[in-house]
Amino acid sequence: MTVKKTKGLNQGSTGMRVFRYAVLLIFVLLFLMPIYVVVVTSLKAPDEVSVPGMWELPTSLSFANFGDALGKPEIYNGLVNSVIVALISSVVSSLMGASNGFVLSKWRFPGANVVFSLMLFGMFIPYQAVLIPMTQFMTNTGLMGGGEPTGGLAALIIAHIVYGLPITTLIFRGYYAGVPDTIFESARVDGAGMLRSFWSIGLPLALPAFAVSIIWQFTSAWNDFLFGVVMTTNNTSWPVTIGLNNIAGAQTVPFGETMAAALIASLPTLLVYIILGRFFMRGLMAGALKG
Amino acid sequence: MRRIRKWGPGLLLISPSLVLLAVFVYGFLGWNFQISLTDWQSLMPVYSTTGFDNYSNLVADDTWWRDVNHLVIYTVVFVVGALIVGFVLALLMEKGVWGEGVLKSVYLFPMAMSFIATAIVWRWLMDNGTGDNTAGLNKLLGSVGLSFLKGDWHKSDSEFAIAAVAIPAGWALSGYIMALFLAGMRGVPDELREAARVDGATERQVFWHVVRPLLWPATMSATVILVHISMKTFDLLYAINPKDASIETPALYMYRSMGGYLYARGATIATILVIAMAVIIVPYIWYTMRSERRS
Repeated sequence: MTVKKTKGLNQGSTGMRVFRYAVLLIFVLLFLMPIYVVVVTSLKAPDEVSVPGMWELPTSLSFANFGDALGKPEIYNGLVNSVIVALISSVVSSLMGASNGFVLSKWRFPGANVVFSLMLFGMFIPYQAVLIPMTQFMTNTGLMGGGEPTGGLAALIIAHIVYGLPITTLIFRGYYAGVPDTIFESARVDGAGMLRSFWSIGLPLALPAFAVSIIWQFTSAWNDFLFGVVMTTNNTSWPVTIGLNNIAGAQTVPFGETMAAALIASLPTLLVYIILGRFFMRGLMAGALKG
Repeated sequence: MRRIRKWGPGLLLISPSLVLLAVFVYGFLGWNFQISLTDWQSLMPVYSTTGFDNYSNLVADDTWWRDVNHLVIYTVVFVVGALIVGFVLALLMEKGVWGEGVLKSVYLFPMAMSFIATAIVWRWLMDNGTGDNTAGLNKLLGSVGLSFLKGDWHKSDSEFAIAAVAIPAGWALSGYIMALFLAGMRGVPDELREAARVDGATERQVFWHVVRPLLWPATMSATVILVHISMKTFDLLYAINPKDASIETPALYMYRSMGGYLYARGATIATILVIAMAVIIVPYIWYTMRSERRS
């Protein structure tokens, strides 16, 4: 007689279960350890902060470190600049990715797979390989740093839009692949052309994919460092990652303030992750292709 | 003519992206390769070709090989470490655990943080001290009775330094690998497991003979993604210490060359990075596209 095992939480012996939870819990502590240090350090009063005492809890809560960090132009301007760059680039590259994904999935032309493969390869190129031509191009077009009125933010936005296209295309192509062809075929019978069926049916249908794509792009543009460091010139145009790195590298900035700055600079993406984790996860999985 | 009517609008819709990718990806890759064949070492561009001199210079360059060695160590520690941690976590969670949502969120949250913030925090954690000033990880290890694990971490004067900076990278990405493996394990149809159980297989045998062989695509994706991240890692290492030669990899050497206006050498390093990446990525893309056509 075969006993059908119940699939669920009660599988395995008690000893095995204790072991399993113990290991999972140890990893929880390991993963949270750096965050613990950041949070407790930034909540201490500035004169209470010491490097050897980084594991100790604050004796009283103080938000002075946050005030000091936000008072730094690198952090304050950085936040504003990063919001501008990440918002514009994520919306634009998602719209373009939606078009690409729709055409490559529902309006396939001969050679669509070759085009898609070439786009995918673009997702994996190391950005070092385009860095020198990019700085030349942006300098020649007057978009980069220096005399340019936005201090290089325009160049940065363009870079994030372009290099975001492969992943946004992948997200939308995958999404449209799951939408039945019949929806678009009946539109075609009703006389709708490609643009019409994309605009009236394809776009509204893809709202969940937009959430995934925008969150994913927002996070990667926010977390970028390499493009920012070559294309922006000073603390009025630096994105927040550059500002954070620069104040953390300076010997004069206190430890508590640096930790507060690191927390502030991570907050938008952490919030996106906490509130919209489901969409964040789907972006992650799309990045691994289909597997 | 009919073909144009049929495909025209679609091609028109994606043409802006195609033009941008043609210029910014493939055009720039070609441009970068062209620069690697010149002797451009100043603010003013130089486009007279010197053939493959830069490549032979790089082969004779000790700094290059030291950095390649660093990259190999970093890749092995980071990739193997993240694969093992991710796999173990997925295995433990596969059958469902109490508080799964919370556990997953905790393991995955480092992915949302920038490598800059990650580096700054870990730099402090790994910042060793001596005596009363002992801090960070060393102090923690001492207080839980693991003093023998104390070390100089990224400040070590041996190759252990580059291995140590792979730890924050693994911290950042193990959760992602866990998610990939978990999806792979749960993607195995229940009927297959049931069939094996009916045949009298133990749970361990079910995993080994049914689930494990089907994890190959997830393992491949995870490895390709990690190796690709490893090769281009720049911000993490730069933020830990931009000037420390013992944690420099080709990606940083490239940036340093660019900063010193040695554009030709920078472009050469970049070209080699692309070729190394293509060797891994192209078969992966080919395999993915092929399995997609089959299904």
